[in-house]
Amino acid sequence: MNKPHTELAEPNQPSLKTPSGIEAPEVATADMVHPEGIGAPGEYPFTRGIFDNGYRGRLWTFRQYSGFGSAEETNERYKFLINQGQTGLSVALDLPTQCGYDPTDPMASSEVGKVGVPIATLADAEILFDGLDLAKLSTSFTINGTAAIIYAMYLAVADKRGIPRAKLTGTIQNDILKEYVARGTWIFPVRPSMRLIADSVMYSNEQTPRFNPISIAGAHVRDAGCTAVEEMAYTLANAFAYVDELVRRGGDPNAFAKRLSFFFYVHMDFFEEICKFRAARRYWAKQLKARYGVTDDKALMFRFGVVCGGSSLTAEQPYNNIVRVGIENMAAVFGGAQSIFTCAFDEAFQIPTETSAEIALRTQQIVAYESGISRTVDPLGGSYYVEWLTDRMEEEMEKVMAEIDEYGGTVQAIEDGYLQMRIARRALERKLDTDKGDRVVVGVNHFRHEEERNELGEVFRMNPEAVKTVVERYHHVKATRDNAAVERTLAALAAAAATDDVNLMPLLVDCCHAYATVGEMVDTLKREWGEFEEPVRL
Amino acid sequence: MSLAGKRILIAKPGLDGHDVGAKIIALALRDAGAEVIYTGLRKSPQYIARVAVEEDVDAVGLSILSGSHVDLVRDTVRHLREAQGGNIKIFVGGTIPQEDVEPLMTSGAAGVFNASQRIEDVVAEVGRLLDDA
Repeated sequence: MNKPHTELAEPNQPSLKTPSGIEAPEVATADMVHPEGIGAPGEYPFTRGIFDNGYRGRLWTFRQYSGFGSAEETNERYKFLINQGQTGLSVALDLPTQCGYDPTDPMASSEVGKVGVPIATLADAEILFDGLDLAKLSTSFTINGTAAIIYAMYLAVADKRGIPRAKLTGTIQNDILKEYVARGTWIFPVRPSMRLIADSVMYSNEQTPRFNPISIAGAHVRDAGCTAVEEMAYTLANAFAYVDELVRRGGDPNAFAKRLSFFFYVHMDFFEEICKFRAARRYWAKQLKARYGVTDDKALMFRFGVVCGGSSLTAEQPYNNIVRVGIENMAAVFGGAQSIFTCAFDEAFQIPTETSAEIALRTQQIVAYESGISRTVDPLGGSYYVEWLTDRMEEEMEKVMAEIDEYGGTVQAIEDGYLQMRIARRALERKLDTDKGDRVVVGVNHFRHEEERNELGEVFRMNPEAVKTVVERYHHVKATRDNAAVERTLAALAAAAATDDVNLMPLLVDCCHAYATVGEMVDTLKREWGEFEEPVRL
Repeated sequence: MSLAGKRILIAKPGLDGHDVGAKIIALALRDAGAEVIYTGLRKSPQYIARVAVEEDVDAVGLSILSGSHVDLVRDTVRHLREAQGGNIKIFVGGTIPQEDVEPLMTSGAAGVFNASQRIEDVVAEVGRLLDDA
């Protein structure tokens, strides 16, 4: 089914331009380096990292994204990963949960438990975290459209187990703007969604001060096809939109900015990937200071997690992906990431098997404990090339952000479908470059076998009983819960949603405690707010 | 390769939000001369079949990356037949394991494509299959 690209000549040498289109110098020299100097690690504007002791105080968190089938199966995989040395949980949720449908909804059929674990009611969440020490483990949720609800579920689990909320650590992605652009799990229109985010951020600051209530993500627009420069620029533009919303609602940026976090992809161009983090970290600190008068150093720190892999991985010759992820993992460390997820080599086409998931984790452990690259803080700092490229990427990021501003801001650009169209066109360009062989992908458009060989040893098989377990539990919960309490809490949620100034979070927690379903909560909010109408522009 | 005069609906069935592939192929088919309609995200097989018949398209391209392709293709074929659109060709693209290609063809797909195939090859194949009709 794949036609080999046999007619492509072998490339003579790698491209002289970076993937973002920056012409790289043959040799970088002292006169090309930032004249003001680069500062020290842990000092404003944090070019060299947010901590003065780098990874000496604490290594990054090893956080492997995982979830599938049912709460029982996923709980088992989490325990396996923790036993293998993983240091934080990362919950992958299935699409019905992400889009706000119960497992029995016609829209959910055939998707329950496919790309993540289903959480329909508190009963699923209780099983998912059973036997895991939530006071010690940090938990990250890739959840957006229903982020406030899943966060409420997590609080309800902690409440029921008697774990003080103040001890909870972790992250909800909760970044709806990029969902409209690239990932697609939006539910409500933009404006009420921004309110839900503001509510959850403000509630979290007060109730779970060690929790990150938002992780503004560039990963998905990057994977959708844009460059490293655009990834950072679009993400920072979205971040400023959230800051504006929080300020408008009375938030103090010196306080809430301490808990804003970011999330990106690391792809293959080693130095671009390193320098984009250095550039964005510096730019964020400078802008928060200049635009919002932030003075607290902790609030100026650009903290981020990364995924190594994504669309830089290939379904062809999948073992090559182990090498790719290893290189990307090192770029993330040189860039100063706080948490790292390394994709499994088979992740381009299936849920990872236990073996491939283990190799992915081992990759991080080899980088952390064998390579020695985290020994000295920002070891590339002061390199003529690295400092020059950091400056150039910052300039290019500013240009892209200026274009969005010129259009009327990121929210407008998203509501109109302008940003989506820009990314689609960039994706087509990238695909055509790959087809032509200008963008070299080893094993795909160069250096490939004449014939397809199935090299994959082990195939992940979904347990067919998992969906049955999920649906049975769902019916059981609905049959045994206190329906009057469900109605009462949902009515209170509806009343608050109709206003603009009541924080919805405590009401969502009440709904979760009453075993209301995710679908019931979402439908209640849909009745008040309607649904997002996707602008379809090509 | 010209697809002039052909009408093609590119659709995203189910809840999967990864629409890059759908948009890339929509743009490429349009560049090749086809009239392309894109549904946007999260459409049911029933909705897709209805739009396909109403818009009188020659082909429907389904983009699926959530692993739910077997069910979604089968349902779309069924709804198309029920809506008297049985003559409309169905193409499938996404993360489709090799072993699922045969079952998809058996359930009514005319072609199955993956991300590593060259755009011009995909467009040519779509053209060839539509000319056979």
